[in-house]
Amino acid sequence: MADKVIDARVSFCPGPLMELIAAMKSNPVGTTIEILSTDKGSAKDIPEWLKKVGQEFVGVEERDGYWSIVAKKIK
Amino acid sequence: MAKHVVIVGGGVAGTIIANLLARGLKEELSKAEVVITMISKDDKHVYQPGFLYVLFDKMRPDELVRDQKSLLSPSIIFHHDTVVGIDPKACEVHTEKGKKFKYDYLVVTTGSRPMPELIPGLKEHGNMFYTLESAIELREKLRKFEKGRIAISMGVPHKCPVAPFEVTFMLDDYFNKKGIRDKVEIMYTYPIGRIHSLEPVAQWGVPEFERRGIKYETLFNMEKVEATKDGIVVHSAEGSSVECDLLITIPPHRGAQAIMDSGISNDGWIPTNRHSLKYEGYENVYVAGDTTNLPISKAGSTAHFESDVVADNLIAEIKEGHPARDYDGKVMCFIETGFDKGTYIHFNYTTPPSPMPPSKMIHWLKLGYNRMYWLTARGVL
Repeated sequence: MADKVIDARVSFCPGPLMELIAAMKSNPVGTTIEILSTDKGSAKDIPEWLKKVGQEFVGVEERDGYWSIVAKKIK
Repeated sequence: MAKHVVIVGGGVAGTIIANLLARGLKEELSKAEVVITMISKDDKHVYQPGFLYVLFDKMRPDELVRDQKSLLSPSIIFHHDTVVGIDPKACEVHTEKGKKFKYDYLVVTTGSRPMPELIPGLKEHGNMFYTLESAIELREKLRKFEKGRIAISMGVPHKCPVAPFEVTFMLDDYFNKKGIRDKVEIMYTYPIGRIHSLEPVAQWGVPEFERRGIKYETLFNMEKVEATKDGIVVHSAEGSSVECDLLITIPPHRGAQAIMDSGISNDGWIPTNRHSLKYEGYENVYVAGDTTNLPISKAGSTAHFESDVVADNLIAEIKEGHPARDYDGKVMCFIETGFDKGTYIHFNYTTPPSPMPPSKMIHWLKLGYNRMYWLTARGVL
């Protein structure tokens, strides 16, 4: 169970990755954040961004018409 | 017993809601069955989209400001005070002047704050245009800028998601008209993997950037800004850096301190139901404008369309005991694509945006709206 869940389904603007970046900045180190997205691209874009900035990608799961992506703020 | 409606915040959303309530509850107000109170930290109302025009000498600063009280229906009680605490369980708000306001219905429209201080060095070495004072300061720097590189960098989250494009295109036109565009390099950076959060807008923007000679880097989240003997260096969390002579920034935003201090959230946004626009768990608290945590654009138009729903629902609740309708996520934004053309986008929770080709007509419509905004604030347009 994530500490924080962001429901970014059908979010055209600012979009799931922007929502995750904002949450990464405003939450303390150690927080796990689950982001829900209907954008298939998020399942690829978000793990790539997490790797680039050195944050932890916990996992991705396809559900009924949307994706759940979990990240952890480690620094 | 009169029903007390308290509105916290006198920006776009708060002002529209207050005026629509005053009109819709005219009879109840005249019989003292309803009392509408607004508490705002500002006694001036500022038309924020005008900052962009001040920056490029297209509007004068005093055109953007009105006395808050002059925009409100006389039946609204106005307090110039800052709310420092919200207690939704006790149904009361507390202010800096030591007052306590009890409410039957609360509307929270405290908005957002640009906070360059959240990124080390950004406040000292960057220039924003999201306040009147900062827009005037940057205008003076642009007037004197003759050659070099200008970087445009965005923090997350930020309000008005089309402003990064608008300021970039207008900068291009500004230096073209001054005849020194060949001496000024424009470098645009953006936090995600394309040049705008809206995919169709990003797709339209790439060839436009290339045609205008605007350079760009995506996946660039400012982490630190420092001054060197040669200029300013912006470092990103992704490991790259951009050097420039002038840094124009849209800083990261936060919500009101009172929301953070009341333990509602750690970023100042209120958890809000995306359809009812009520604070999750509290049937008598509505939220509108930048204050919500909804995954939609923080923008004046969002505040406007949400306000129509909140006012309709509050009027229906007070008159008939239940809300009237749901918010469908409607957003509509003009996009200035330079000094003489513009376009617009609109979308909601189910319909994606599809930008129209830029035209002079849309640009003129935007210029007209800049003057008509005061009718929107009064709940007329």
